[in-house]
Amino acid sequence: MPENDIGGAKRPANPLRDPRDRRLNRIAGPSSLVLFGVTGDLARKKLMPAVYDLANRGLLPPSFALVGFGRRDWEHEDFAEEVKAAVKAHARTPFDEAVWAQLSEGVRFVRGSFDEDDAFLRLKDTLEELDAKRGTRGNHAFYLSIPPKAFEQVCRQLSKHGLAQAEDGKWRRVVIEKPFGHNLESARQLNEIVESVFPADAVFRIDHYLGKETVQNILALRFANQLFEPLWNANYVDHVQITMAEDIGTGGRAGYYDGVGAARDVIQNHLLQLLALTAMEEPISFNADDLRAEKEKVLAAVKLPEDLSTHSARGQFAGGWQGGELVQGYLEEEGIPADSTTETYAAIRVDINTRRWSGVPFYLRAGKRLGRRVTEIAVVFKRAPNLLFLDQHEQEFGQNAVVIRVQPDEGATIRFGSKVPGTQMEVRDVSMDFGYGHSFTESSPEAYERLILDVLLGEPPLFPRHEEVELSWKILDPFEEYWASTGAQPEPYAPGSWGPASADELLARDGRSWRRP
Amino acid sequence: MIIDLPNTTTSKISKEITNMRHRGGVVALGRVLTLVVITKHGYEEEAIEAANEASREHPCRIIVLVDSGRDSADRIDGQIRVGGDAGASEVIVLRGYGRLAEESESLVAALLLPDAPIVAWWPHGAPKDAGDTSIGRIAHRRITDSGNEPDPTSALYRLRETYQAGDTDLAWTRLTNWRIQLAAALDQADGSPVTGVTVEGASDSPSTVLLASWLTLAFDAPVTIVADPAGTGIRRVRLHRATGDIQLYRPGLTVAELTQPDQPNQRIALPRRSLQDCLSEELRRLDADEVFGEVLASGLPRTNLRSVQPSER
Ligand SMILES: NC(=O)c1ccc[n+]([C@@H]2O[C@H](COP(=O)([O-])OP(=O)(O)OC[C@H]3O[C@@H](n4cnc5c(N)ncnc54)[C@H](OP(=O)(O)O)[C@@H]3O)[C@@H](O)[C@H]2O)c1
Repeated sequence: MPENDIGGAKRPANPLRDPRDRRLNRIAGPSSLVLFGVTGDLARKKLMPAVYDLANRGLLPPSFALVGFGRRDWEHEDFAEEVKAAVKAHARTPFDEAVWAQLSEGVRFVRGSFDEDDAFLRLKDTLEELDAKRGTRGNHAFYLSIPPKAFEQVCRQLSKHGLAQAEDGKWRRVVIEKPFGHNLESARQLNEIVESVFPADAVFRIDHYLGKETVQNILALRFANQLFEPLWNANYVDHVQITMAEDIGTGGRAGYYDGVGAARDVIQNHLLQLLALTAMEEPISFNADDLRAEKEKVLAAVKLPEDLSTHSARGQFAGGWQGGELVQGYLEEEGIPADSTTETYAAIRVDINTRRWSGVPFYLRAGKRLGRRVTEIAVVFKRAPNLLFLDQHEQEFGQNAVVIRVQPDEGATIRFGSKVPGTQMEVRDVSMDFGYGHSFTESSPEAYERLILDVLLGEPPLFPRHEEVELSWKILDPFEEYWASTGAQPEPYAPGSWGPASADELLARDGRSWRRP
Repeated sequence: MIIDLPNTTTSKISKEITNMRHRGGVVALGRVLTLVVITKHGYEEEAIEAANEASREHPCRIIVLVDSGRDSADRIDGQIRVGGDAGASEVIVLRGYGRLAEESESLVAALLLPDAPIVAWWPHGAPKDAGDTSIGRIAHRRITDSGNEPDPTSALYRLRETYQAGDTDLAWTRLTNWRIQLAAALDQADGSPVTGVTVEGASDSPSTVLLASWLTLAFDAPVTIVADPAGTGIRRVRLHRATGDIQLYRPGLTVAELTQPDQPNQRIALPRRSLQDCLSEELRRLDADEVFGEVLASGLPRTNLRSVQPSER
């Protein structure tokens, strides 16, 4: 009889499981999610609603428990009310009393702050009570939705009180949010702390971009089709642009944002992950190890430009009119020092030193208060040799492009030239568009739903491991050090524009220009 | 928007759809399949509503063939619904009279989306052999609903005799959540084998029979069906084991209770699924459901269908 080893012990396989029976979704096994930072933005807007949505989709076990830890004078019921309010305000799926009643039976609150030993003893009691009364069977995930400077303390407390160590056949996991340090050095320190308490495979680092359907679709687009992959290399690709633009300012996150800046905030994690997925070789399977190995190979092959000054740009948004609204400049925003040198826009060029990509620059840009909110990957192809259309301007039929829109309006676009009707042989660029919202579900699961479920199931492929974090810092650190060494103020740019002039020059030097997303 | 085209032909309807696209706005963008609903007069709106809802997850073109009476003169009345009246899809209703009342490929050929897969659905009145009907032959998936047949059990046997890859039945879809919970409970159990099974459910429900057949096939152990009054759905599954039984019990219509050895009783929301829910699940995967085929072929004949009354146990 075939065997499986759920929870370490060998047992006969479950006769009700048949790999061909694809209607049977995997639901999480008995477990609890312990949430630190329950009053935070992330917990209320994303995490608690995602937990409810999972319950509503029937993907959580009947024994599931949600434990909140925080410094509020709350009873279990008060916390349950908080969760309910957050769910009603932010959940994706409709509110259902029966689902809520079932879920709320497993809601607990532990009052305390991170330095309080007693609080962690109470947490321990609560988890034991849940194991006995609710049937969570010793499986617990700790979600640290708290400021990174508190990670160390919480990890040590969990370890000190025996909460981080799993007994045989049970598991303990920890989930941490970005930022994973602010440079290579601090990332290593953070990792040492976390991995001194939890084994490496019990640490789940959230990069919520990787939970997005469109990001996972990059792999489907590239490897499930015959159409793109033959062209996906230096023979045909001219360059790649990866953009993450926001139309808002720091929006209440000033304290976090200042001193961090656009490059550390998103290029180091989201954009380099997108680069890795776009550029990596085909993994031999979707196993975590195989997938991460390919991502790490391509990140390790990234080559930085010799002269960082001409291959990078930084900007800071000024005040002015943006889309009919008068907005403040970064330096005037509340909580930002008037002499801050933090960039709100960053663009860099990197190359990838592999056979596939040699000579193909990857341009990465990220910024706030730009023209509109958009995240996309544009693979721009080389120009076709032009023998026939000599009398035409190059602008009119330009370079083919495959654009993967990550958000909003998820989908993909292909640009190609087409004859203009009625003219003799006039060619113009047109778009062919695939929109997720058109072809699939109107409401695809939120990234956090997928990620929380994967944590509970113990499936790591969508979580970057420490090596990837290190490699990404190795790419970004030289830029950061160069920028710090100049001591210069980032170049101001108008709100609602597409960044500072130096960013345009960065591409113009290479004879290229940014796409208008 | 609803456009009526009385006494028409499918090529006129097709032309009207193209016109609507040119006039602006209404595009068949990204439709992933054509859903052909074969039904009879009086039953169409319920099916259209479920299909519209399902189309929000799977944008599709919905063609509804309504048998409107075979005694009238031959005629087709067409209707096109788009925008707010049609979910994320476009609905084409063809009311056929006389010799045009019967479904046929030639009737819909001009309206099928190019290249896209075809799903045929008989919400009421399953044909004798779905795969051998004119639409069934070109469909990638054929959905029947034995729960709406006058004699559900014999409907299942008929399905069994005519089964081919791509056939499916909503009585099976209604079981998915029960099957998920049972499989998950067994994932956590010690390896002690299941020596017998009791399935309790409505005597008129083909889902009860299919659940019993699936479990018969999976465990190779005797399965007893306990008959509840008609209309109650599935109520209980008990897996008998030497180290303690596992039971999933739903006394009402929404909340079920899971009992396992050495574990506290647990409750879980397990509501009856809506038609739209079931249809969405069916449209999610268009390849053959081999497990369903095996449950019909090997599970059903081995299942003891002689049910006992609850008191007889
Ligand atoms: N918000 C986002 O969109 C976003 C995006 C990416 C990553 N992240 C990351 O996600 C995590 C949470 O973000 P957030 O925006 O939700 O943070 P936040 O709004 O600042 O919330 C922080 C939480 O930590 C709690 N906390 C802080 N110090 C504590 C202490 N000594 N004892 C007990 N509780 C303490 C706070 O509780 P009190 O209410 O008691 O102060 C609050 O619930 C952070 O790691 C952040 O970097 C957030």
